Amino acid sequence: MNTKSIRFIAVAVLLLSMTGFVFGNGDAEYAEFPSKNVTYMVPFNPGGQSDITAQYQKEMLEKALGVNVVIKHVSGAGGAVGWSTLVKAKPDGYTLCGNNIPHIIAQPLVREDAGYETEQLEPLYLFQTTPIGLTVLKDSRWKNLDEFIAYAKSHPGEITVGGSGTYTGHHIAYLMLQHITGAEFTYIASTGAAPSVANFLGGHTDALFANSNDLVSHNAEIIVLGMGTDERFSLLPDAPTFIEQGIDMTAGIDRGVCIPQGTPADVMAVLEDAFRAVCTDPDFMAKMEEMGMVVKNLGAAEYKVYIEETAVKYEAILKQLGVL
Amino acid sequence: MALVALQLLFTPLNMLIITLGVGSGIIVGALPGLTATMAIALLVPFTFGMNAVHSLVLLGGIYCGAIYGGSFSAILINTPGTPSAIATTFDGYAMARKGESYAAIITATIASVIGGLIGVMFLIFLAPPLSRAALKFGPPEFFWLTIFGLTIIATLASKSILKGLIGGAFGLLLSVIGIAPIEGSVRYSFGSVSMQNGIALIPAMIGLFCLPEIIGMIAKKDTHYNVIPYKREKKLIRRIFFRLMKKPFLLIRSSVIGTIVGIIPGAGGNIAGMVAYNEAVRASKRPERFGTGIIDGVIASESSNNAEVSGSLIPMLTLGIPGAPPAAVLMGALLLQGMRPGPDLFTAHAEVTYSFLFSLVLANILILPLGLMSGKAMSKLITGIPVTILAPFVFLLSVIGSFAINNNMADVYIMLVFGVIGFIGRKAGFSAGPIVLGLILGGICEQGLVQAILMGRAKGSVMGMFFTRPISIILIVLTVVSALWPFVVKARKNWGIKR
Repeated sequence: MNTKSIRFIAVAVLLLSMTGFVFGNGDAEYAEFPSKNVTYMVPFNPGGQSDITAQYQKEMLEKALGVNVVIKHVSGAGGAVGWSTLVKAKPDGYTLCGNNIPHIIAQPLVREDAGYETEQLEPLYLFQTTPIGLTVLKDSRWKNLDEFIAYAKSHPGEITVGGSGTYTGHHIAYLMLQHITGAEFTYIASTGAAPSVANFLGGHTDALFANSNDLVSHNAEIIVLGMGTDERFSLLPDAPTFIEQGIDMTAGIDRGVCIPQGTPADVMAVLEDAFRAVCTDPDFMAKMEEMGMVVKNLGAAEYKVYIEETAVKYEAILKQLGVL
Repeated sequence: MALVALQLLFTPLNMLIITLGVGSGIIVGALPGLTATMAIALLVPFTFGMNAVHSLVLLGGIYCGAIYGGSFSAILINTPGTPSAIATTFDGYAMARKGESYAAIITATIASVIGGLIGVMFLIFLAPPLSRAALKFGPPEFFWLTIFGLTIIATLASKSILKGLIGGAFGLLLSVIGIAPIEGSVRYSFGSVSMQNGIALIPAMIGLFCLPEIIGMIAKKDTHYNVIPYKREKKLIRRIFFRLMKKPFLLIRSSVIGTIVGIIPGAGGNIAGMVAYNEAVRASKRPERFGTGIIDGVIASESSNNAEVSGSLIPMLTLGIPGAPPAAVLMGALLLQGMRPGPDLFTAHAEVTYSFLFSLVLANILILPLGLMSGKAMSKLITGIPVTILAPFVFLLSVIGSFAINNNMADVYIMLVFGVIGFIGRKAGFSAGPIVLGLILGGICEQGLVQAILMGRAKGSVMGMFFTRPISIILIVLTVVSALWPFVVKARKNWGIKR
């Protein structure tokens, strides 16, 4: 075969494939949504709570949508790599991504270039909260929140408080506690929840902001000084909330899903209904509660309002701290 | 209880699952860029429908198989299949260059089995006390541990310590790219979101090790890869087995190092292999032979990284703190089965937990037949197929592997850039080992340093935080001894000659 004919064939194949592409796409656009696989991005590493939840939803979502759901981990930069990928995706409903609060609010606020803006992530459905609590070891010198705060006030900065990351759920809970009580601590950030728990159990930090599941795991050797829930957390009924101790704060990591801004309303409605069906399923809710999460169910509209309200709250705190 | 656990484990279905797990683990591990973490993560969704025993047995088998499988590509194409196999390249590949690739694989296999079994014994009998001890490692200890780790550079760069140090410093510098581990500011990202994540280890590693190898393959214009074809030898397995048995101290020392490094959260198989290799060199009477293709180097690396598997499960099962990334994914699977890590696992769920632990014994033993079979085939294949097919295929794997880590094209570009750096560096006498070591240790070092300074300030004495804690003092002494060791060896030699 000479080069000329090879070139001819190559061009012909290319053209043919392009026409296929156009028609293929056209079909998808006119057909009812969804007509092909939906990609569900998880912006964190496998094994974490976002991943576990998505993996668990996958099969039920496939039933609700009638197409395959492909889970794809796009992790890094505390989720920012995933979210900046999502805002570049086509707003056709075939790509959605888990989104976490406070991450999606705090990152664009404090980073010069997070790669996305909060508004670019169209909220679709919020399904759970992992409550955060403040804890000390049983043999610690503080037995309750009052003693803890009082000591911090008379010894500013001496108490070390561990947590996962900076401007994350744990760090913002820490900032809020300082902000409300006027006490001063030293925050020791770790890259992830597990190393911060290890530091705390080994006695290297005095106190810890931790996720509910870690608190439940180590319940035998800790005192929970305050839980960031509205009412007492069902798996730790003896742990008082911050609110009942006169400190008006809640703390947690909310998880939901979002889609790129500009997705058509009818497509959004299909996805929202599918998530509602999955997340209100009794089996799903029971499984999530067993794993230490609090089930919430907010549809797209309510979720949007919730994000806006939370953003106002955080901005106020961060402004007062001089971060913004 | 142990009997019930054994009954649960020894069913025909479980035997099939373990074999499948170890076998597929070996294949995934052998492919550069496809790691144990990824293999386990991919299979977790399939375990939802299974009962707890089947699911854990499968995932445990994959974990063991994948860490072992990483040695194949390390030996055959000088590219660690998983980061755990970095130290295996040092002598394993040198053996392959001499036409002893199958001998190197047999060595790796037997060493992995023995190391794995020693690690499992620690896991079964000593998990709770060991995990308590691991908690004594706080930020200052992590800082000193990484400083100790950096002294390994002297071993890795035997030809020129200066070039080794430059490489190590370069690696450390690379590790500061991305979001700062403590206060969260973004450094050296140049406006790119992907760079916020920093230089990921695996793309950098594939670039530094694998691409120069591919370029070398093509540049040499040989029709086949290793110049010396695969040699057939009779009774090779038995001979190597007896040679290994004559080195009990090397095996036990490396396995214990692997287990300890595994238990310490945040330090994984890559560090285990390099520390064990370093100690093997230092304990040797003829350290200059390391790197020239002797089985001792392969034994040290491979026995320690398979022992590390069980080590990393110790804090995960007892405290819910995974000792390495694959253990973190396994923990997710455990939670989905409704089993919460901690004391509960050894009381309420004891039967399932122990059948999982016993299954790791089987998985490690199964590595022997499965590994020897696939190893023979692989070493024949690599030396048998022409370079015109092998080089593009390995390149394809490098691209896929780099991409698959985070499903991100940026990692592929990072891999390519590091390939160029690796190629030029190799020409100029810089080896990849110290760079990768710096990159691995940099993040852990920085986190330990900054956390310890903050803790010291809160308690009123930064110096006290670094220099008065018992484990820190031990680590400082080890560091000084390790850093001065090359000079001691030299002095001893000179003295010997004078006598």
